Amino acid sequence: MSLAHRIIPCLDTDGERVVKGVKFVGLRDAGDPVALAARYNAEGADELVVLDIAASRDRRPTFLETIRRVAAELAIPLTAGGGIRTLEDGRAVVRAGADKVTVNTAAVERPELISELSREFGAQAVVLAIDAKRVDDHWDVMVRGGRESASQDAIEWARMAVARGAGEILLTSVDRDGTQSGFDVALTSAVSRAVTVPVIASGGAKSPEHFAEIFQEGAADAALAASIFHNEVQSIRTLKQFLAARGVEVRLPC
Amino acid sequence: MKVTILDYGAGNVPSVERALQRLGAESHRTDSPKCISKAEALLLPGVGHYAALIRALDEKKLRAPLVDAIHRGVPFLGICLGLQVLFKSSEEAAQLHGLNLLPGIVSALLPTVKLPHMGWNQLAKKRECFLLAGIDAGAYFYFAHSYAALDSNGPTAATCCHGAEFTAVIEQRNIYAVQFHPEKSGDSGSRVLQNFLRLAA
Repeated sequence: MSLAHRIIPCLDTDGERVVKGVKFVGLRDAGDPVALAARYNAEGADELVVLDIAASRDRRPTFLETIRRVAAELAIPLTAGGGIRTLEDGRAVVRAGADKVTVNTAAVERPELISELSREFGAQAVVLAIDAKRVDDHWDVMVRGGRESASQDAIEWARMAVARGAGEILLTSVDRDGTQSGFDVALTSAVSRAVTVPVIASGGAKSPEHFAEIFQEGAADAALAASIFHNEVQSIRTLKQFLAARGVEVRLPC
Repeated sequence: MKVTILDYGAGNVPSVERALQRLGAESHRTDSPKCISKAEALLLPGVGHYAALIRALDEKKLRAPLVDAIHRGVPFLGICLGLQVLFKSSEEAAQLHGLNLLPGIVSALLPTVKLPHMGWNQLAKKRECFLLAGIDAGAYFYFAHSYAALDSNGPTAATCCHGAEFTAVIEQRNIYAVQFHPEKSGDSGSRVLQNFLRLAA
């Protein structure tokens, strides 16, 4: 009896529709978030993440409506984010039905945002998203959708954010994102061993072996993927059956 | 029967409402002492910081009507923090007083494991457990917490383990409580809520 490793589908949206790109660019339409959410809920997903990757101010009401409609389909936890800059932004997504709020660029620019959200909602509701890119012998924190370096060490930032009240790290490898060449084991393992909170590995997933590897060698507590689930390249049910057979503790759907 | 949900401003009230709705149960949310006094069944869906819940109960003057209702035998279901407030106090805010309906205190989980305890875990039944009736022994439930009742043998019907064994399900007369989130625990969670509705009817 122990905590199951989580499989988390991610819906990157433009506020309204699910989109997907490679290495954060070249976005194309990948479906209706509400229909996908219902499918993943039924297939045995352990959680769902919905991101507004456009994160423009005038589209915010549309995104909040998307959260409401997605939350209505779920009997599993929902994390939402993208463009969360203030405590008030966080409140809006929680009010719309998200269980956790994820922050990224705004937290790098103003780390107090993590403390503010954590005080109001508890650490279990604050997910710090880190986009990390290999530079020489370390990983740099990238901001603005993975385009700009924040000139900060990813492991150091993860530790600082946890000290401020982040309850979970959503760690995306910018190098692997969209490449389907496997999760970044070295990055995930380094961050996971450096912090006391759960780490969600993201970026690069394709095969079931990639998931087994990130749990068994990368010390990930959860693994997130998008397009392989949306395109039905990989069903969550068969992925979990594969992992269970490989000795990875997962919650098998009925 | 209508379930009265104590709405003290926590985030998970809508998901609890939706979960009850899917089961065909009637519910309404309230932060009024009068509504609590008249409730047929009570549900406290806590999430966030212990201090926020205790302060809200006191500021909104909900503590006395809630304790009275539970003493009168009104069926009560506490979720997550809604379980933790039943005890005398919590290490999360040691200066504040809990509802003191159950002996013992709530402590921090041991830092030998990753915290918060976040995700899906299994339970171990300690005795007959009405809330878990009809649910597979290996079923998983969704947890998201860093504090727990580590030493509460009396009212504990089932435990979970993360670094240390802790109370996951409480059943004592009309007091029911779960440390996990049934409203986020898929089919097994839905069954727990359904069992509570049956017990409360």
